[in-house]
Amino acid sequence: MTTSVGCTIDKPGSTRVNKTGSWRTFKPIVNKEKCVECDNCYIFCPEGSINQEYEIDYDFCKGCGICSNECPVNAIKMEIDN
Amino acid sequence: MTKKVMTATAAISNAVKLAKPDVIPVYPITPMTTVAEYIADYVANGELDTEYIRVESEHSAMSAAIGASSTGVRTYTATSSQGLMYMHEVLFAAAGMRAPIVMGEANRSISSPLCILNDQQDSIAQRDSGWMQFYAKDGQEALDLTLTAFKVAENENILLPAMVCIDGFIITHTNEIVDVPEQEEVDRFLPPYVPKYSYLDPEKPVTVGSFTDSRYYMDARYAVEVAMNKSVEVIEDALKDFKDIFGREHDLIETYKCEDADIIFIGLGSVCSTVKVLVDEMREKGEKVGMLRIVSYRPFPSEKINEAIKNASKIAVMEKDISFGMGGALYQDLKTTVEGKEIIDFVIGLGGRDITPSAIYEVLERTKNPTKIINWIGVEEVD
Repeated sequence: MTTSVGCTIDKPGSTRVNKTGSWRTFKPIVNKEKCVECDNCYIFCPEGSINQEYEIDYDFCKGCGICSNECPVNAIKMEIDN
Repeated sequence: MTKKVMTATAAISNAVKLAKPDVIPVYPITPMTTVAEYIADYVANGELDTEYIRVESEHSAMSAAIGASSTGVRTYTATSSQGLMYMHEVLFAAAGMRAPIVMGEANRSISSPLCILNDQQDSIAQRDSGWMQFYAKDGQEALDLTLTAFKVAENENILLPAMVCIDGFIITHTNEIVDVPEQEEVDRFLPPYVPKYSYLDPEKPVTVGSFTDSRYYMDARYAVEVAMNKSVEVIEDALKDFKDIFGREHDLIETYKCEDADIIFIGLGSVCSTVKVLVDEMREKGEKVGMLRIVSYRPFPSEKINEAIKNASKIAVMEKDISFGMGGALYQDLKTTVEGKEIIDFVIGLGGRDITPSAIYEVLERTKNPTKIINWIGVEEVD
């Protein structure tokens, strides 16, 4: 792969192209039946990978498990991501 | 041209003034302090129009230099020893970001023990940073190489930073006659820097110095290697231009009586001036010796060195640095690039210890009758 001189980036938004979900070991799975819509997962997610519909963007979720830890009703399980 | 008597730091400062950098972030350190002072005087007197930034550390000096250079302007800084060590991590960023910064570097020993006197461990420790390194033997050469360094560093096919090293105190503080070129000549040799790659331009926005992953990292590092290799011919071309305009001749190496020499002393910087005098003296006593001084340490001029030493059987490397247990860096470089010669390493003059004629005669004796490969001259060695 060739790079530009000095490895500069000439198109903005490269963090969107550069999907970091592959770093994940554990994957959060939301159980919407248990969910009480407290928004904790949405607020605490350090990557902004959960929306207010409580859907997870697996392209960017790194599997840190903070959402699962902060969920008051244990609606988010962490499973090994194969 | 005006001939003046001045120290090497004054000669370098004159070169900087003539090169007209747009930004100079600098943090003074012995024995390079006077470069920061002379340049400050030029700015205060209106002789040099530049953004002179008094930073709070060398780490900041180099960081500011990268920031400035990344806007596509000519950038200079100067440091020495612990200051250079403090810049260490940022030096790699400068090379990787292809920021053609030029830096004056006074070679001074590294703590501990704390010592302000000369050796070359400081710049040798930056060997793998991706910077070009030139070692001058006096003030005149330091002036000439500083101007040349800008021309080579800013070449669109190179875009690597360059440091011009001079031996602390031995050269920095020695008064010598220096030919200071006219501004008009320098302007012809070194036109304003017109950046082509890797710089910030509001009309053409890019991100510089970004994060990357393994898809791009190795290619970017390889590009530095390619540029470093290519710089040999760019330096040669620049030195040809230099000779045409200023009349003084320089090369990536300097040789003295190497053609018929059986033993050749190889070193960097001021030690070679002492050796050169002794080569004549030794030859009067029947010793077939020669001297080779490496002016451009990075890029390493392997072909020129091999050609210059082809008739010799033994090489005595004299160097002011050590990779403990493995000899000096120059010794290792020569072992990598030179075949069929007996190469013996001499660690000498660390922390400003005088390199006397008798020390060099000891090097000669130990090269003729070697007992080991890595020798420390001037200390009581233990087996």
